[in-house]
Amino acid sequence: MTDFIALLKKMLSASGLSGFEDPIREIIHEAWTPLTDELSVSKIGSLHGLKMGRGEAPRRRVLISAHMDAIGMMVTAIEGGLMRVTEIGGLDHRILPGQLVTVHGREALPGVVVQPPAHLLPESAGEGPVEMKYLFVDVGLRPAAVAEKVRIGDTVSYAQEPLELTGEALAGHSLDNRVSVAATTLCLQELQTRMHDWDVWAVASAQEEETLGGALTSPFDIRPDIAIVIDVCFAKSTGSNDWSSIPFGEGVGLGYGPNIHPALYAAFEEKAKALEIPYHRDLMPKMSGTDAMAIQVVAEGIPCMVLGIPLRYMHTPVETVSLKDIRRAGRLMAAFIADLTPDALDKIQWEE
Amino acid sequence: MTNKLEMSAGKLPEIGASQIALLEKLCNATAVSGDEHEVRQIVLEAVKLIADEVKVDALGNVLATKFGRSDKRVRVMLAAHMDEIGLMVVKKHEDGVFEFVRVGGIDERQLPGKPVLVGREHLPGVIGAKPIHLTTAAERKNKIDESAMRIDLGPEIGEKVKPGDRATFATRFELLGPSIRAKALDDRFGVATLIELLKHAPDQIDLLAAFTVQEEVGLRGARVAAYALDPDMAIAVDATPAYDLPPWDDEDENDRYNTRLDAGPAIYVMDFGTIPDRRLVNWLVETATQDEIPYQLRQPGGGGTDAGAIHKVRSGIPSVSVSVPVRYAHTAASIARLDDWANTLRLLHAALGRVTPNLLVGERRG
Amino acid sequence: MKSLIQKLVETPGPSGFEYAIRDVIREAIADAADEIRVDALGSLIARVGTKTDEGMRVMVSAHIDEIGLMVTHVDANGFVRFTNIGGINPLTCYGGRVLFMDGTQGVIGMDVIGPGKMPKLSDLFIDVGATSKDDCPVKVGDVCGFERPFLDLGKRMVAKSMDDRIAAAVAIEALRRLEHTPHEVHFVFSTQEEVGLRGATTAAYGVDPEVGFAVDVTRSGDTPRFSPKMATALGDGPAIKVRDSSFIADPRLVDWMIKAAQAADIPYQLEVLEAGGTDGRAIQLTRSGVPAGCVSIVCRYVHSPSEMVDSDDVENAVKLLVKLLSEPIILG
Repeated sequence: MTDFIALLKKMLSASGLSGFEDPIREIIHEAWTPLTDELSVSKIGSLHGLKMGRGEAPRRRVLISAHMDAIGMMVTAIEGGLMRVTEIGGLDHRILPGQLVTVHGREALPGVVVQPPAHLLPESAGEGPVEMKYLFVDVGLRPAAVAEKVRIGDTVSYAQEPLELTGEALAGHSLDNRVSVAATTLCLQELQTRMHDWDVWAVASAQEEETLGGALTSPFDIRPDIAIVIDVCFAKSTGSNDWSSIPFGEGVGLGYGPNIHPALYAAFEEKAKALEIPYHRDLMPKMSGTDAMAIQVVAEGIPCMVLGIPLRYMHTPVETVSLKDIRRAGRLMAAFIADLTPDALDKIQWEE
Repeated sequence: MTNKLEMSAGKLPEIGASQIALLEKLCNATAVSGDEHEVRQIVLEAVKLIADEVKVDALGNVLATKFGRSDKRVRVMLAAHMDEIGLMVVKKHEDGVFEFVRVGGIDERQLPGKPVLVGREHLPGVIGAKPIHLTTAAERKNKIDESAMRIDLGPEIGEKVKPGDRATFATRFELLGPSIRAKALDDRFGVATLIELLKHAPDQIDLLAAFTVQEEVGLRGARVAAYALDPDMAIAVDATPAYDLPPWDDEDENDRYNTRLDAGPAIYVMDFGTIPDRRLVNWLVETATQDEIPYQLRQPGGGGTDAGAIHKVRSGIPSVSVSVPVRYAHTAASIARLDDWANTLRLLHAALGRVTPNLLVGERRG
Repeated sequence: MKSLIQKLVETPGPSGFEYAIRDVIREAIADAADEIRVDALGSLIARVGTKTDEGMRVMVSAHIDEIGLMVTHVDANGFVRFTNIGGINPLTCYGGRVLFMDGTQGVIGMDVIGPGKMPKLSDLFIDVGATSKDDCPVKVGDVCGFERPFLDLGKRMVAKSMDDRIAAAVAIEALRRLEHTPHEVHFVFSTQEEVGLRGATTAAYGVDPEVGFAVDVTRSGDTPRFSPKMATALGDGPAIKVRDSSFIADPRLVDWMIKAAQAADIPYQLEVLEAGGTDGRAIQLTRSGVPAGCVSIVCRYVHSPSEMVDSDDVENAVKLLVKLLSEPIILG
């Protein structure tokens, strides 16, 4: 299992913001090469790995969607060698001042997010939390060098290296959703030694944090019979203790709500019970906020399941996960897929 | 053949006791967006003998097709959503009461002091409120927040309710003279109307009835239904608010009524999701005028129907919406006129009978 | 080109009601296009060229709709209440003039609102000169656009619908000037962009392109106290979009567009637009996904009746678009 942690750390040290997934995709491509029969890249940058099922074609298809893109920032203007930024994905501006970042210009430039002193800001802007439009990124270079190396539209990612905490907890940026890519990788590993009838399409999807673009487009050609979306969900912690969060390190979330096909929910619940994998019902009364929102309504509609890995401090550079939950998610997916019989789709019906 | 044609031509759809009974059954069922089971069962039962093909898709839409008989048949999709706004139970608290969230657009001021029915078994519960004696004047100036409200099903509810269960207002269907009072007339009116139209489908079209899911949370069922059916044109049949109430300042004219009761079916010219094809708007208006069926143009503005999703599917599907005007939609008790419903059914039936391939010849002109 | 621009900006065509502007454009491109069709949502789609071995099926989308108003109610005295079609700022409405699709004209008046208050759309009404409901020539559902003549300030041009008729002009001109292309280019003059990219959504599905470009206006960061800071300015050349709030342009395409502009010695600027979307999103997300980018014309006072663009930017946008369509597209 050491290689799984090494892979995860490698992914957490890589950039790959929404729409700019090349760096992370290359790492996943390498990791999935020995685990899949075919790898391809979609027209907008999602990675598709096909692991073929046994038996005669046509085979049923299950798609696993784990988005690989991360939140971050983008340069909007350059003033006096300092950069103005906007967000890619949803960032709370209150956690930004003082963060170490990397500006992906013509070369990677280490820098820091700067909160200007109140007296240099409009009167009302300097007192409370300072809005993103007033912040700068400073890379320590003189204006001429910045002009040469940085241009409008360059991405800015968190530079926080992953940290191992106690009790198999790991912290860092972009755990949302690289932990799910890791779980998908574990699932593919487990399927190497288990027979499965269905074709498995592992998709590291692009642009989830911005447009759900990968999830809207990849299923259109793949046309899976069912889809498993794996993403992070809220773990109980400071500020997230209500019904929308589940305990940290105590099992996976099984999504429940309009985006999720009830027969798939029931099948996953049954499988988790049989394997004694701890789980919690993760309520999604309206939309799930995941790739399932998109996949479910592609073409004639695709039955979806949403699997959640509980995560603390989502969308900060110190997101924290329990490695146990990642393993559980990988194992649960592999068991579910391995047990899909050729006629399993007949049971995925609305009228129970 | 002749006999059969005469029979169907002479058999105009109407709203009688059996139609009202079906609507009652539909309104009293629970079908919060994402869990449309009960209404789907009623629909499947109703359409299985009248439609040529019936299918339940990946999202739970019921797609029922009635094929016409002539050579050049226009494929007409009719969409009515089965889901309704409601509640989902999200947490059991230690004192045995349940926290919930709203699904779909409900004004939270409509919730305190209402009875509800929870889960598939329709277990009765109440959304309580603090006794007025214990509230302060300052408190009464503020809305009671959703997160502060609870559903109480009594002290021995045990494990019969669990997080994830849906709940709706407990209001039962009732006739009030010329009107209906019920919950979920939005859009059980549409569902009941489509069932009647399937029974009386004209011969020169293929009638593709989509009983859709998840309209109230983003027109999600209609999108995939339209993709699968790939029709030539579409009509969303829905319910729309009638705000035909007196304005506070009685010198003012109410110029934001949306629709009015007793004015007939509401034909859409624009809402938040769709700018309907004017060829279809005109076809409906001309049908109503010629057949002397009352109609109104819904005031353009916000709101939306399944047409918002349908018209953007594939290379585009000319679409329009027709709604029954309903007062107090999205609350515990809406009120609507039987006549408006009957006229909506009449208009749609008459208009479908006039569909020819020429209707959509040429370019969209607004 | 200015006479074409004037004709385009002065023809009314609020979202959903693009038939008059569509006819103007059809006439302007009739001789140059290989094939012209209109789709279900009213977009005009003109094909130019045949796909060669090194070519692709390319979609170029410029929307031809503009923001406008629709009548919601005519009161007893003949005053007309309305709602918006697309994003209307009530601030720019009062005292404005409108033109209905049937030629009826009117002016926008306002209820008395408290001092220091911002008007809402519901505080505004149109006066078409009627004395009662009975002699009012407009009815519920009728549509009008803002009326404001084209203004030629020499280097700068002003009109009520530069968004996005200036892009339509750029696309028309590029279509006409495009002599050799390895591609099968589908110029889409799309409808209903202002209400949610609807025309481009269905057109993109129908065209099924391998690569796509939107042509649209973007905001200009060079007016006083512009917030948030935006590094675009009138006269600095067409803008190559990196992102807006609707989509992220394909970075491979952005790099290729930059190189093309540099190679042809066309000035350009890079654009990050924080509030606004374009047809590029609809192209990118159709079917199984399409690499998509956008050429923008920088514009001041977007969605006001006086939108301003720079003549040199317009000319350079045409040159850039012709350049992009004249050679094979290399994606990284």
